[in-house]
Amino acid sequence: MPPAVVLVTGVSRWLGGALAAELASDPAIGRVIGVDTVPPRPEVLRRLGRVEFVRADIRSPLIGKVIESASVDTVVHMNISATPAGAGGRVSMKELNVIGTMQLLAACQRSPAVRRLVLKSTSAVYGASSRDPAVFTETMQARRVPGGGFAKDSLDIEGYVRAFARRRPDVGVAVLRFTNLIGPRIDSLLSGFLRMPVVPTALGYDARLQLLHEDDAVAVLTRAATGDFVGTANAGASGTVLLSQAIRRLGRVPLPLPEPAMGSLGRTTRWARMVDWSPEQMRFLNFGRVIDTRVLREEFGYVPRYSTAEALADYGRSLPPVVRPELVEEVAASARTVLTSVAGGAHTVQRVLDTVAGGRRRAAPSVPGLRAVHDA
Amino acid sequence: MPEARVIPLRPDDEQPPSPPAAEPGWDEQLAGGLEFLRRRLTGEYDTDEFGFDPDLTDHVLLPGLRPWFHRWFRVETQGLENVPDVGGALVVANHSGTVPVDALMATVALHDEHPAARRLRLLGADLVFQVPFIGSLARKLGVTLACNEDAERLLSSGELVGVFPEGFKGVGKPFHERYTLQRFGRGGFVSAALRTGTPIVPCAIVGAEEIYPMIGNARIAARLLGLPYFPITPTFPLLGPLGAVPLPSKWFIAFGEPIETASYGPAAADDPMVVFNLTDQVRETIQHSLYRLLLQRRSVFS
Repeated sequence: MPPAVVLVTGVSRWLGGALAAELASDPAIGRVIGVDTVPPRPEVLRRLGRVEFVRADIRSPLIGKVIESASVDTVVHMNISATPAGAGGRVSMKELNVIGTMQLLAACQRSPAVRRLVLKSTSAVYGASSRDPAVFTETMQARRVPGGGFAKDSLDIEGYVRAFARRRPDVGVAVLRFTNLIGPRIDSLLSGFLRMPVVPTALGYDARLQLLHEDDAVAVLTRAATGDFVGTANAGASGTVLLSQAIRRLGRVPLPLPEPAMGSLGRTTRWARMVDWSPEQMRFLNFGRVIDTRVLREEFGYVPRYSTAEALADYGRSLPPVVRPELVEEVAASARTVLTSVAGGAHTVQRVLDTVAGGRRRAAPSVPGLRAVHDA
Repeated sequence: MPEARVIPLRPDDEQPPSPPAAEPGWDEQLAGGLEFLRRRLTGEYDTDEFGFDPDLTDHVLLPGLRPWFHRWFRVETQGLENVPDVGGALVVANHSGTVPVDALMATVALHDEHPAARRLRLLGADLVFQVPFIGSLARKLGVTLACNEDAERLLSSGELVGVFPEGFKGVGKPFHERYTLQRFGRGGFVSAALRTGTPIVPCAIVGAEEIYPMIGNARIAARLLGLPYFPITPTFPLLGPLGAVPLPSKWFIAFGEPIETASYGPAAADDPMVVFNLTDQVRETIQHSLYRLLLQRRSVFS
């Protein structure tokens, strides 16, 4: 049974807007209500169609009134901020993330109409350290529990959602732990990082990256909102790339910096509002993280259309490369031409020398091997 | 009939034995290197979820290790037929030599000398992955963290996994304790093999003990650097960087008969008695083959 009224938080961002638009295009769904603190940008607004926008802060009790009066039956919570700059500082980011989720869950608990809750969580809850297993499954926990920032907020939020699931066992709760999202339209943490012409990396480290294309992310969230999957699932594309590899494929220039310099660079770029990376995200750049997606493919029932490499390539199409692959190709081709002519000359010299040396070293003719004769 | 002799016949449809592939000329090698550089610059190569980079391993890391394997240590391998051609198996070996060169040589041995050119996926201590450069290079060589999750994942996907259950106790033991096996951890490697039903191949490595004879351990320096030990050898740190050159001992790597684990069933992984018995069996096998190889060896350096 498709949901009658869906409430999507964080609708003014690209992913929230895309999900709301996707849900609104399904005629089986009665109403789609989008909530956010800021109105959507014009290009998001244009796609929203019949989505009703409510400008509300999920930290205020107003959200409870919206849920109750519209008798919302499905809530998709994706208003979790990954960067302090977007939320106006770390304190207000934490408040928006954690207190906002608590308010939203309190409102859901009061409303008897709610029967489904989808949380857009992150694989950052697994942390990133040298002691990590290579691949995380849903049952594993972080080896080094993230101490702050987005990952800590996400861990807290998952905890509150689990508590809510215990208090309201009639509500189906789906928690989706997404890898880094990428694509030509989404403005994600990693896409901003890789857009820089010179990408700083940690000297002596190379992170394993697993990505998910923006279209796949929207499809996963749509399926989670309209389907009946209950539980926790990792959401990521198949395959991985190394950070150094991703930088080269996008035609960027890597700039390996020693670790202490990375810290001060992070502070500088945050101050300059260029790239906003917290220390825990810097740690992710050292070690990376890979998640197992068997549950997504088999139990949740969605196979991402793009692999990690394809998602990266699709993002790359929207990005003019700094180091053009054709340039590398040309240099390689000209070097090859030089090599062939030099080798050709050397071989001629070799042949001349051989002729001068005479036929003394000519190889003996090979003796034909014995062969069995077939009957006629 | 004294003049009768056996003439081997070759059936018509069988290909005549092809001559051994000629060594590529210097120009072909250069062209290959050029192509490799182009791939590296554009990122057009594949890596797996463990961070293993076959392109880099085949074109840089293994060629760099080969002179050590053939010329310096003159490694002789025995019993390669005991390593299966396909499917998962757990190679369990003794660990020694202050610096884990034995793990690298075992990797070269299985890739170059095994008929199926098997890749050994090593399990390394977490210290390996903490250190910059070494950690990322190890991952590119196919090493991953020694934990049950990773071991089982590799084994169940049909990979050949190499493990050194002695860990730092083995690699950092003083020279006078050479060729005596240390405690085999908690038997985690046996439970990984049991849970995946893959055979255990015991492997004995002789020669690695003598590359850096560790006659002392500077504990204070080790604690300051956060290392499990800080080796003092006759040449290191006395001769500085020159002391980091390993002694050219003669090496043997012998693979023993596989010990099958499938018949116990995956539930046996939670039975401590089965795990302890199998651990002891593997340990005894390796210790015996070490003694056998030592008897075969005429001297340390020849």
